[in-house]
Amino acid sequence: MIATTSTSVSSISVLVLAVFLACAVEMVEALTIVVAVGHTRGWRWAFEGVVAALVALTALVAVFGPALVHVPLTWLRLIVGGVLLIFGLQWLRKAVMRSSGLKAKHDEDLIYAETVAELQAGGAAAGRDQVAFIMAFKGVFLEGLEVVITVLTLGTSAHRLGLAAAVATVAVVLVAIVGVIVAKQLSVVPENAMKTTVGVMLVSYGTFWVGEGLSVRWPGSDAFLLALVGIFAAAVFVMIQLSRRAVSTAGVAA
Amino acid sequence: MSTRPSLVVRLVKGFGQFWWDFLVGDTPELFVATLVIIGVTVLVSKVLHVASVATVLLPVLVIAALAITVRRTWPKR
Repeated sequence: MIATTSTSVSSISVLVLAVFLACAVEMVEALTIVVAVGHTRGWRWAFEGVVAALVALTALVAVFGPALVHVPLTWLRLIVGGVLLIFGLQWLRKAVMRSSGLKAKHDEDLIYAETVAELQAGGAAAGRDQVAFIMAFKGVFLEGLEVVITVLTLGTSAHRLGLAAAVATVAVVLVAIVGVIVAKQLSVVPENAMKTTVGVMLVSYGTFWVGEGLSVRWPGSDAFLLALVGIFAAAVFVMIQLSRRAVSTAGVAA
Repeated sequence: MSTRPSLVVRLVKGFGQFWWDFLVGDTPELFVATLVIIGVTVLVSKVLHVASVATVLLPVLVIAALAITVRRTWPKR
């Protein structure tokens, strides 16, 4: 009984942390674009784009959410595990490259400046501002789609879709509130550290669900998720150190 | 005569393009690596029936895939 309870607690903790951080990171990226649109072309068109994107995302969830429940659990876990593995490995690859200096860090200030420049180059619009609307819509829809996929895949596989959706909502609202308060200072968010953590979580979940889908018996059942998180975190730490050494060696050689 | 594709065609193409970018994107090797990881795990657990080996092999293959893709980005000496 105690083992079962601790197992569920560890599984839920990983789920909550993974969904919260993934949603917060995507929300920061979407908010950067919306704030840039709002400041440059006016808030009305930015908000219209945001609302239209949220309606489109809600429609997608309404269509695909219930459909996922009807997929046999074994197949669902295998497919979801595969998707999470690919997604998580992509995040971790970029996070390791950014941490070791192989790739420039995701700079929200730079993205903000580039978005503003792009919007200003488009010139002022008389009447309805289609450029501002589309820019805000695309920013929220594309980042939101990643949130939707994360919530649907993690939530349905763990049989905790309601919890995953609630955590995602909290993350989105919190980042929106913080975004409004700090306005353009989204660059202070430690995005790469958050992305590394999310990447480790997604890869851990992906590995776990692929194993479950293929009848692999994990020692300690769901509690092994925490072990996977530890194993992958250690592996990523080693990779960052080795990559930093490779970068500095190449710098000295050059 | 307009040659612009219909809304349905554009939506389907957009949907396909999204999933292509999402799963393959600029790192096709990670997509292939995941398929290989799943294939090897199927072979070990379902064909050879050594699930205990798969328990160790699966995380090791995932770490190896990440290490290889990161190693490829290192500057050449």
